[in-house]
Amino acid sequence: MGAEFVQFSLPPILIGTLAAIACALPGNFLILRRQALIGDAISHVVLPGIVVAFLVTGTVAALPMLVGAGGAALVAVVLIEVIRRLGRIEPGAAMGVTFTTLFAAGVLLLERSDTSSVHLDVEHALMGNLESLVWLDATGWASLADPAALAGLPPELPRIAAACAVVVALTALFWRWLRISTFDEGFARGLGLPVGAIGLGLVATAALAAVAAFDAVGSIIVIAMFICPPAAARLMTDRLEVQVAWSVAFATLSAVAGYVLAGYGPLWLGHPHAVSAAGMIAVVSGAILALACLFGPRRTRSGAATGSG
Amino acid sequence: MTPPASLKLASHEGRAAEAAPGPEAALAIRGLTVSYGQTPAVFSADATFPARTMSAIVGPNGAGKSTLLKAALGVIPRVSGEVTAFGRPVAEARERIAYVPQRASVDWDFPATAGDVVLMGLYRRMGLLGRVTGAHRRTVRACLGRVGMADFEGRQIGELSGGQQQRVFLARALAQGADLYLLDEPFAGVDAATERAIIDVLKALRDEGRAVVAVHHDLSTVTRYFEHVLMLNVRPVAEGPVETAFTAEALDATYGGRLAATHMDSLILATA
Repeated sequence: MGAEFVQFSLPPILIGTLAAIACALPGNFLILRRQALIGDAISHVVLPGIVVAFLVTGTVAALPMLVGAGGAALVAVVLIEVIRRLGRIEPGAAMGVTFTTLFAAGVLLLERSDTSSVHLDVEHALMGNLESLVWLDATGWASLADPAALAGLPPELPRIAAACAVVVALTALFWRWLRISTFDEGFARGLGLPVGAIGLGLVATAALAAVAAFDAVGSIIVIAMFICPPAAARLMTDRLEVQVAWSVAFATLSAVAGYVLAGYGPLWLGHPHAVSAAGMIAVVSGAILALACLFGPRRTRSGAATGSG
Repeated sequence: MTPPASLKLASHEGRAAEAAPGPEAALAIRGLTVSYGQTPAVFSADATFPARTMSAIVGPNGAGKSTLLKAALGVIPRVSGEVTAFGRPVAEARERIAYVPQRASVDWDFPATAGDVVLMGLYRRMGLLGRVTGAHRRTVRACLGRVGMADFEGRQIGELSGGQQQRVFLARALAQGADLYLLDEPFAGVDAATERAIIDVLKALRDEGRAVVAVHHDLSTVTRYFEHVLMLNVRPVAEGPVETAFTAEALDATYGGRLAATHMDSLILATA
């Protein structure tokens, strides 16, 4: 593996891996809180938010995108409440209606607006543009130590690396709060922990990961990475620390194996064209989950307490 | 207007400094009202749970027993009312209070061992980022041992029986090293051996000078387990030492005639 790998494969693999880890970390807690739908929801709502932010500012800079996605998330939360109250619909259904509608509105908006100057179209929204994130300034592994060449890295890479670092740091810093309040909210409140703020912070962190990952890898990966690696990891262990470590390993494995399979898999099967890396990464993460369901050491649970008190 | 209960409290507080097992208030609740939507779940409740005493909160389903406990601790918001623990607002006395929620209120499928759960009780000592030391581990083991669960430290909590889960919750509270223990239905759905183990631990806590307040369902054990009782049906109906407050009239008023008279007689006879 030489210069070509560093130029064409290393950046997308790194970006895919960092995006997958950034989404999988908060995904662990969202799933344990039975809020997996929120990860799904965030990744849908991001689209109209980003499109509107682009239409208003005319750029795809990080800050307006984040503000747009955050604003859309706020609109979504209000809409869900309104639908739930006025329509007397259960919260899950209200969520589903709101997010699919907002996502569809984002798609329509995207189609009707002129985004030819930037990487923003329906296909990118769904599947990202992982394959196009190449590093033409690289001449080989030595370029990793060459400041001039490093300046030519696709801007998505430092962006997702920064987002991933923030997510990792927040998860480590608030680990105990997250663990206690996720397991036993009443006990956490009794200790005086800011339970409401912890929940909001978790959703905000997930939103940050979704927005940062979105423009590089698209919403399919984002949705898959929020849910598949943590869900598979849960089937591997009964310790939270170990589960989170497994989820990072599965996210990495999905990104690397998915990218390689998308690029070379069809060739191995005799087809001349590669398939979507984002799609393949999501498929691999799903396959890992399926394997964990079948063979994970903790796939069966006994003695789980039930009761209504 | 100050209700008579408060006057009684005032005199209690006047004697709080006495060394004898005095009626110093471990938990004092004044004018507590909690509401879910339009209907109040607890209305204008006063209660004074003395220190160094085991107290029960009893009442029919929907009487607001758990709600009172949670609102007193600030786990759920209250409409009005003041709550003090050892004479200070609850928010300032949290390190002296341990809370044991209802077992059914959490998901036992959570990836944690019994030891992990008990370790949560040491949060105040460890802080957000403090290391788990050997001393912390020893405390966890000792607390599990105290509830007869020493061999289950590494066991996944979902694999424990209901009674064992309840003991793990109690061990977590013990790890907090508090002076006031608030327990929400600690005997709900547990086996007889667990009930005995829990009551032994609680009585030992009381003998060490700590206060225990438990939401309790089983009227037949009130007189055996507790010294102080609050009888609640949205409003407090009666409160005081079990011998004087746990009467047929009070039971009738609390349960609104839903207890059969014969059942009530046997309960009161148990008191005598």
